[in-house]
Amino acid sequence: MSEQDRRNDGANPDQELNAENLPGNRGDGGEVIGVRRGMFGAKAGGDTSGFGGLVRTVRLPGGTRRPYGPGPEAGWFDEVADELEGALDEQGLLPENVITKTVVDRGELTFHIEREHLPRVARTLRDDPALRFEYCAGVSAVHFPEDRGRELHAVYHLRSLTHNRLIRLEVTVPDADPHIPSIVEVYPTNDWHEREAYDFFGLIFDGHPALTRIMMPDDWQGFPQRKDYPLGGIPVEYKGAQIPAPDQRRSYS
Amino acid sequence: MSTPTRHATAGIRETTEGTVYDVTGGDWDELAAAAAKSDDERIIVNMGPQHPSTHGVLRLILEIDGETVTEARCGIGYLHTGIEKNLEYRTWTQGTTFVTRMDYLTPFFNEAAYCMAVEKLLGIEDDIPDRANVIRVLLQELNRLSSHLVCVATGGMELGATTVMIFGFRDRELVLDLFELITGLRMNHAFIRPGGLAQDLPSGAVDALREFVKKMRKNLPEYDKLATTNPVFKARLQDIGYLDLAGCMALGATGPILRSAGLPHDLRKVQPYSGYETYDFDVPTVDTCDSYGRFLIRIEEMRQSLRIIEQCIDRLEPGPVMVGDKKIAWPAQLALGPDGLGNSLDHIKNIMGTSMEALIHHFKLVTEGFRVPPGQAYAAVESPKGELGVHAVSDGGTRPYRVHFRDPSFTNLQSMAAMCEGGQVADVIVAVASLDPVMGGVDR
Repeated sequence: MSEQDRRNDGANPDQELNAENLPGNRGDGGEVIGVRRGMFGAKAGGDTSGFGGLVRTVRLPGGTRRPYGPGPEAGWFDEVADELEGALDEQGLLPENVITKTVVDRGELTFHIEREHLPRVARTLRDDPALRFEYCAGVSAVHFPEDRGRELHAVYHLRSLTHNRLIRLEVTVPDADPHIPSIVEVYPTNDWHEREAYDFFGLIFDGHPALTRIMMPDDWQGFPQRKDYPLGGIPVEYKGAQIPAPDQRRSYS
Repeated sequence: MSTPTRHATAGIRETTEGTVYDVTGGDWDELAAAAAKSDDERIIVNMGPQHPSTHGVLRLILEIDGETVTEARCGIGYLHTGIEKNLEYRTWTQGTTFVTRMDYLTPFFNEAAYCMAVEKLLGIEDDIPDRANVIRVLLQELNRLSSHLVCVATGGMELGATTVMIFGFRDRELVLDLFELITGLRMNHAFIRPGGLAQDLPSGAVDALREFVKKMRKNLPEYDKLATTNPVFKARLQDIGYLDLAGCMALGATGPILRSAGLPHDLRKVQPYSGYETYDFDVPTVDTCDSYGRFLIRIEEMRQSLRIIEQCIDRLEPGPVMVGDKKIAWPAQLALGPDGLGNSLDHIKNIMGTSMEALIHHFKLVTEGFRVPPGQAYAAVESPKGELGVHAVSDGGTRPYRVHFRDPSFTNLQSMAAMCEGGQVADVIVAVASLDPVMGGVDR
C-alpha cells in the first residue's frame, strides 16, 4: 500500500489528519458513554439494509489542552482557569487533584471537579474577586448507565454578572455511591434544584438542609428520569392499527 | 398513640392495590372546637393547591399567628407532567411540541431557548437566516407583552381590581389573535424549530402587526391611569414582597424581581442572542425591591417590547426562515393547504409526483429526525420571568439524551418564603403575584 493510499483509507484519523482538520484541540479520545449498533433500530433481525452490523462508539468531547480560548488564542477561559488554579493552590490544594479535566466544547468551558472538593471550588468561584461567579443556574443531572463507575453526572452552570462570563462544573459519581456534597451553603438557590436532582435521579446531596422529593409524591418509588426507569404509556388504537407507547416505538440508533 | 377516630365521612375500603382511606370531607365543628380549646393562635393553613389566587396548582403552607405569617413554604409538583423525560423519546424537532407546553404563558421563549441549545449542539447558531431571527425576536417580544399582561391582570384581580383584569385579558387577546394569525394557534405553537421557523409569516401579518402596535400604544397608558398612581393599589403593593439585591443574588432570582432590586441585568443586553444587540431598547429598573416596583418594571418592559416590535417590522426583509442544510430543514416548499390544514397541494404534487428524493428526505426527517453530535450545551434567554436556561445533552442520536430546563418561575418561587415571612396573610397573595410563577414552568 502506497503512502497516498494509506492516507486516503481513513483507518486511523487520529494519526493521519492534521491538527487543523480536527474538530478541537483534544487531549484524549473523550469519555465513552455507550456503543451504538445497527442503524434503523431493528433488533429482531428484520434489517436487510446491510447496516445491521454497524458498531459505533459514542464519546463525549474529551479534555482540552491549553490554550483554552475562546478561539485559538488564550482568552478568558485561560484567565478563569489560571485564577481558579492559583486560588486552589493558595488553599493548599493541588489543582490537578481537584480539577480532573477541563473541556472546551462548542464555545463553552467545563471543569470536571472531584466531588469532595466541590463546595470549596464553588466558594472560591463565588468569592474570589477575579472570578466572582455570583449566580448559579442550578444543577442538572444526567444519567449515563454505560459510563461505568461514573454513571451519574451533576452539571452546574455558574454565571458571573461582574465579568459577564458563564462556566460549567461537572461532577461524576458512581451509581453505587451517589453522594455529592451540597452547595446550598454557597448558593442558596440550589436548594430546590438539588431536591429536584435527588427526586429524579437519586443523587444524594450531603449537607442539604432538607433533601426531600419536590415534584413526585413523597412516597414515590424509584427515580423517574434515570435511563432505566420506563417512560410508561399504553398502546393506542388509531384507525384499526395499534400505535405502541412512545418508549416501545422503534428508535433510530 | 391513640387509635384514629373514625368519622362518618371518612371510609376505609380494601382494594386489589391495598387499603384505601377516603379522607374527603370532615366535620368542621370538631376541628373548630379543637382549635378553640388550644390557647395559642398559631395555625397552619394550606392555601391551595386549588385556591384561585395562587396561580394554578401552587400549594402554600402558611404557619400563621393571628394575621401574621410566621413561616411560609411551597408545595409544588401538582402539575408535573414529565416533559423532560418525554423529550428523550421523541426526535429533536418534536421536542418543540413538548417544551412549548412547559410555561404555557411564554411558549415562544421555551421554544427559542430549546432551539438555541439544539443549534449550539449542531454548531449552526451562525447559520440561522436573518429573517428567522427577526421573526423570533418579534414573537418573543409579543409573547413578553402577553405574559406581562396576564401577570398584571391576574395580579389586579387578586386585589379586587377587576377592571385591570378585564383590560389585561382584553389586550392579551389582541396578542393571541396575532399568534393565531402567524402560527395557527393561540398557545402551544411549536413554531420555532431547530434551524429556524416552521413557516414564514402569512400574508397580512405585517399589517396586523402595525395595527396592533398602534392599538397597544393607545391601550398601555390605561394601566397607568387605572393602577400606577391609584392610592389603593399603591397601598397594597408598596413595600410588600420585599427582596433586596443580596437576597435576589443568593436565591438566584432573575427577571423583574432582580431588576426591582436595582440591577439592570437582562440577558438580551449582557449575552445577546438572535441579534438583540442590534435593537434599540432600555432595561428598566427601580430600587424599591417591592411588588410595586415589579409592577412598574413590567409596564415599562411592555413599552420597550413595543419599541422592539416596531423595529422588527421595519427589518423584515424577504428571505428564507430555515437553515439551508437539507439534512436539518424539511423540504422548503412546505406550506399550509388552502383549508389551513395539512400541506399545500403544490408541495404534495411536487413530492408525490416529480421528486421522489424530496419525499424520501421528508419521510426520513420527519420519522427518524437528524443526528446531533455528542456533547452538551447551555442556552439561555431572557423570558418575561427571568433567565430561562436549557441544558441539552446529546449522545449523537436522533433524540435528545437529556434536556433540563432551568425555569425562572421554579427558581423565583423559592424566594416566596423570604418575601412573606413576618408579613400579613393578605400580603402573601400580593408577593406571590409579583413573582409571577406559572406552575406549568415550575413543575414541567
